[in-house]
Amino acid sequence: MTAIDVMLSAVGLVAVGSALAVVSTQHLVRAGLWLVVTLGAVAVEFLLLRAEFVAWVQVLIYVGAVVVLLLFAVMLTRAPIGRSTDLDRPIGPALLIGAGSGLGLAGLFAWVFRDMRVNPPPTGSAQRVGEAIFGDWVLPFEVLSVLLLAALVGAIVLSKKDT
Amino acid sequence: MSLSAYVPIVWLLALAAAFGLFSVGIAPFVGPRRFNRAKLEAYECGIEPTPQPIGGGRFPVKFYLTAMLFIIFDIEIIFLYPWAVSFDMLGVFGFFEMVIFIITVAIAYAYVWRRGGLEWD
Amino acid sequence: MNPTLADFGHDNGWIVALKVVGVFVFLVVMTLFTIWYERKVVARMQVRPGPNRHGPFGLLQSLADGLKLAFKEDIMPLKADRVVFFLAPVISTVCAFTAFAIIPFGPFVSIFGQKTPLQLTDIPVAVLLVLACSGLGIYGIVLSGWASGSTYPLLGGLRSSAQMISYEVAMGLSIVAVFMMAGTMSTSEIVNAQAKGGQGELFGFEFTYPGWYVLLLLPSFVIYAISAVGETNRAPFDLPEAESELVGGFHTEYSSLKFALFFLAEYINMVTVSALATTLFLGGWRAPWPITQLGPWVNQGWWPLLWFTIKLLILLFVFVWLRGTLPRLRYDQFMRFGWKVLIPASLIWILALAGFKTMNNENLPGWQRGLWIGGFAVILLAILLWPRKRPAPKLPLEEEVAQRPEGSFPLPPIDLQVPVSPRAKRITADREPVQ
Repeated sequence: MTAIDVMLSAVGLVAVGSALAVVSTQHLVRAGLWLVVTLGAVAVEFLLLRAEFVAWVQVLIYVGAVVVLLLFAVMLTRAPIGRSTDLDRPIGPALLIGAGSGLGLAGLFAWVFRDMRVNPPPTGSAQRVGEAIFGDWVLPFEVLSVLLLAALVGAIVLSKKDT
Repeated sequence: MSLSAYVPIVWLLALAAAFGLFSVGIAPFVGPRRFNRAKLEAYECGIEPTPQPIGGGRFPVKFYLTAMLFIIFDIEIIFLYPWAVSFDMLGVFGFFEMVIFIITVAIAYAYVWRRGGLEWD
Repeated sequence: MNPTLADFGHDNGWIVALKVVGVFVFLVVMTLFTIWYERKVVARMQVRPGPNRHGPFGLLQSLADGLKLAFKEDIMPLKADRVVFFLAPVISTVCAFTAFAIIPFGPFVSIFGQKTPLQLTDIPVAVLLVLACSGLGIYGIVLSGWASGSTYPLLGGLRSSAQMISYEVAMGLSIVAVFMMAGTMSTSEIVNAQAKGGQGELFGFEFTYPGWYVLLLLPSFVIYAISAVGETNRAPFDLPEAESELVGGFHTEYSSLKFALFFLAEYINMVTVSALATTLFLGGWRAPWPITQLGPWVNQGWWPLLWFTIKLLILLFVFVWLRGTLPRLRYDQFMRFGWKVLIPASLIWILALAGFKTMNNENLPGWQRGLWIGGFAVILLAILLWPRKRPAPKLPLEEEVAQRPEGSFPLPPIDLQVPVSPRAKRITADREPVQ
């Protein structure tokens, strides 16, 4: 166990703990805040694994944009201050499905990669990411632009009345 | 890259957080406390506060659309950065890849513009 | 010998501590100074003396204001979400301070015999750190607005966050050109890249271009400057706190030191975007042209700190100047400007610059360049002159009434004569001359 390993596990615990808080809190907006903590912790994990650029992208896109969108979406419908006691929460089935799939996935990964030894790859700089995307992964990159187009058209269709 | 370059950032963050929490924490004890019920009401220039609608009220869907546009363009920017940094190594092929990408996003943008998604009135 | 990326992360513990405290103190002092500076400059523009009571030239005015704020009552509105209401100013402050960690103040200096770069730290994706911090700063605003449990702050917070995310896009796009030219995102390397000009060739003319990106990439700088004003919520884009509409915006319910923290964060953000503009476009801590003729010492040791601060103060002056001269925009004008002008303009500029660089890298012959540039210009013109969507023609009144469904609210006649009120009749009757 190196210092990095210890930090990885500690930050991982933070991520899991705050993720549990996201689904268990009764304050709608505070659930969004816990989500910020979760995603931020994942960014720190990326950083500890030396994927520096990806870590900051995680902060910029997920923390800085996606959760803001979620908060806006919550405020579009309702964002009461205080507990929302009228939330529909079937705890038993949710616990079964959530914990079951989570633990199952974790077990599966642990089992599949049990003999794998990975040397830490060279650090993930923006240059390397750039050369990989624009050299080897051109098609996924271009397909992604179509995905963005579809997302935007969907947003317009949802939010604009027919004119 | 070495993680040691991040140590000063963490310290600066910790110092700022300590300063902020200290200021926020000390404020109630330094200042005076004179209870007045009207003072604790929402401030609306002296008139009776409008009652808050149940559930916190609703907002124009406009804001949602703006946030959506923001995500799309943020993703585009995130792809532009590594492209710009390694621009000289990518050559003509890299240039045309990005031209196609930007044009595709620009089509979406033109559609939003045409449908009035960028109007605020 | 200038600092590069490899020179960071090797400092002693106590040098790191010294630098961290140094940056912190610099920002707090800059905030106090900028508030005084702003009030003094705006006062001079309005032919008033401005603050002149506390200390020489009234320099201690903002310190006095800050101390006075600390001894004001801390009000917690009844309907507020207590935890979030407490946390929001702290989030704003932390984001504002952290963004300054990667700003270069100067080259190597020796602090008590230790040679170290005059910059807290540098990472390969340094500029992303600033963008991320300004993105996280949005939470401070939207949460303070929501947690106050009051109408005006909520509206102000929502407006403000929509404004900041819109202008963040323009800001992010405007610095792409800098990365393209410098080939890096680290601030110290970007400053190094601007150290010397280069040889260029355009239509057969050889010329030497200067290194500062403000000259090389002027459109980028203009877009950056405009979006920086929008991003920091400063006049003429200070819609979140438009006093005439929203009282104080998101911090209406805040008082005492919590309010002071928001104020601090706002001014630090101003200093940060100015410092980033200095670093990315104005050559960073390097001395400007006439001073460089004095000898190499101007770019060594502690001197660059002076040039850096002067550039910073000039940019801050521009902020104040804008506030002193321009009226506030309307919200729809402001959003339209951001989305319909700044963003397409920066995208086109990026494409044009990339095309130009590609042609240079490939050494295209002159006539082929002309062909490409001409084609680009034609496409651009076609986009600019594309016919706008016409609004549906407005029907005359009779047709519009005829199209209404059965049982609609009856339309009042256009030539309606409003009957004179009885009171007015009485008054006129009283004034009738007695026969």
